Amino acid sequence: MAEAANGALLTVAGLEAWYGESHILHGVDFHVRPGEVVTLLGRNGAGKTTTLKSVMGMIGKRSGSIRFDGAETIRLTSDRIARAGIALCPEERGIFASLDVKENLTLPPVVRPGGLSLDQIFELFPNLKERLGSQGTKLSGGEQQMLAIGRILRTGARLLMLDEPTEGLAPVIIQQIGRTIARLKQSGFTILLVEQNFRWASKVADRFYVMEHGRVVDGFASADLEANKQKLQDYLGV
Amino acid sequence: MTSATHAAPGSAPPAAASGRLGARAEILAFLVMAGLLAALPLTGLIYPYFLMQALCFAIFACAFNLLIGYVGLLSFGHAMFLGTGGYIAAHSAKVWGFPPELAILAGLLAAGAIGTLVGLLAIRRQGIYFAMTTLALSQMVYFVYLQAPFTHGEDGIQSVPQGRLFGLFDLSQQQTFYYVVLAVFLIAFLLIRRIVNSPFGDILKAIRENEPRAISLGYRTERYKLMAFVLSATLAGLAGSVKALVAQNASLTDVHWTMSGEVVLMCLVGGLGTIFGPVIGAVVIIAMQQYLAGFGQWVLVIQGVIFIACVLAFRRGIVGEIIAFAQWRGAEKR
Repeated sequence: MAEAANGALLTVAGLEAWYGESHILHGVDFHVRPGEVVTLLGRNGAGKTTTLKSVMGMIGKRSGSIRFDGAETIRLTSDRIARAGIALCPEERGIFASLDVKENLTLPPVVRPGGLSLDQIFELFPNLKERLGSQGTKLSGGEQQMLAIGRILRTGARLLMLDEPTEGLAPVIIQQIGRTIARLKQSGFTILLVEQNFRWASKVADRFYVMEHGRVVDGFASADLEANKQKLQDYLGV
Repeated sequence: MTSATHAAPGSAPPAAASGRLGARAEILAFLVMAGLLAALPLTGLIYPYFLMQALCFAIFACAFNLLIGYVGLLSFGHAMFLGTGGYIAAHSAKVWGFPPELAILAGLLAAGAIGTLVGLLAIRRQGIYFAMTTLALSQMVYFVYLQAPFTHGEDGIQSVPQGRLFGLFDLSQQQTFYYVVLAVFLIAFLLIRRIVNSPFGDILKAIRENEPRAISLGYRTERYKLMAFVLSATLAGLAGSVKALVAQNASLTDVHWTMSGEVVLMCLVGGLGTIFGPVIGAVVIIAMQQYLAGFGQWVLVIQGVIFIACVLAFRRGIVGEIIAFAQWRGAEKR
């Protein structure tokens, strides 16, 4: 936990967040280095999604420090955070039902150079190309997830935050998403994942943080997963 | 993923869920509408004056629909823009001697200016608060027009000269004026269609569906909502300006809150969020007022019943129901 955060792309320190009167995050600390895939693990209600939403500026009341690329973002509104180069693929995917696949893909503004072209996105997710004219709601769950991930790749965001990208999907799609994350990592994207499925996450992530009751309680590298397995199972109750 | 979820390449994409026709069907419907409207006065069955009134309300309803149908903002004060357009066009034509094109321009610019001010205040809130803010501001505008000397209070501005458009077309000739109004309507209609189908329109629809998501993708949604509000207000002002020249008067009726309610009814009857719905809705409501005038105040009761029937049984409105039926038939055939 006490690793140095020098050179990190994202550094979260002492992050607290509230939903109305409920205090959800009680001082979250972690960091993500450029080009890393980092996974937040934890039981339901541990504060993982809230952490991502706080980084994205979508939680009204938050305090502490969130530094992205050297700049403090805790006071920025979520549109400015997006323009700084952070993109979130939310758990509920947030596909716009009245727009078709192409409109959904091209809707997010390009915030900086370095994003994927539509062709590169179709290479990752060939299904999307076939369904280009379909309404967002007419897609299967897997296709919706691909669309939700695909559309944040175009913008040039450097940090991609994916909230439970495998939830409720068929094993073959989960594998495809795993391969996609590996490809994105190769291309230089930095990825922060929230996942319940730690077996799957262990294949794609470089490091893990474990959250409990609104705090990061543990952290280890992927290589140390085996040594920490028993501890992790206790944390996650699996 | 099962193969059933894959569409065969090249197969027709399923029609949109939210009242969108296919592009080809939309163009066809537009041509039929334009042809019908161009031919109607020649048949002698309907007064051009009535048709001009209906087209002005159709512009008004389309402008309103841009806001409620595509951004999801229910303004309950749109009469202030219709009325402002009317008063300014009428005053500038009558008192300042503006030719009709400049009078209309003045009217729509004035409505756009008021729309900017009202929008800046109102778009900060949503739902009932947005509706009530617009209602309150429109009541203030109503009071100003009631008191301001240039509007002549209850009398309104009467005998507005129609003049010659661009010095060429004599608008006191009803037939000529009708085709001018028709052209204005068609241009406004196509402009709104263009806005709705543009990337800007996609952002508006995204805001309607899930504003926090649109913000977290990097959009300052308030700017887009304000732009849509100003556009809607300006087009409502265009409707009011033309209407004032058609009727040769501008009166308090057009700024009254009941007018703000009527345009909601027009959009609901025709179909919210459909491109043709407000046109049909405006024609139906204006025709009812015209042909049921013999029933006196009972027209309001009949309108109320239609409103309730629409909300309870035909929530998609006339055009919305037709599109839903066509999509259902299309799905049956496949």
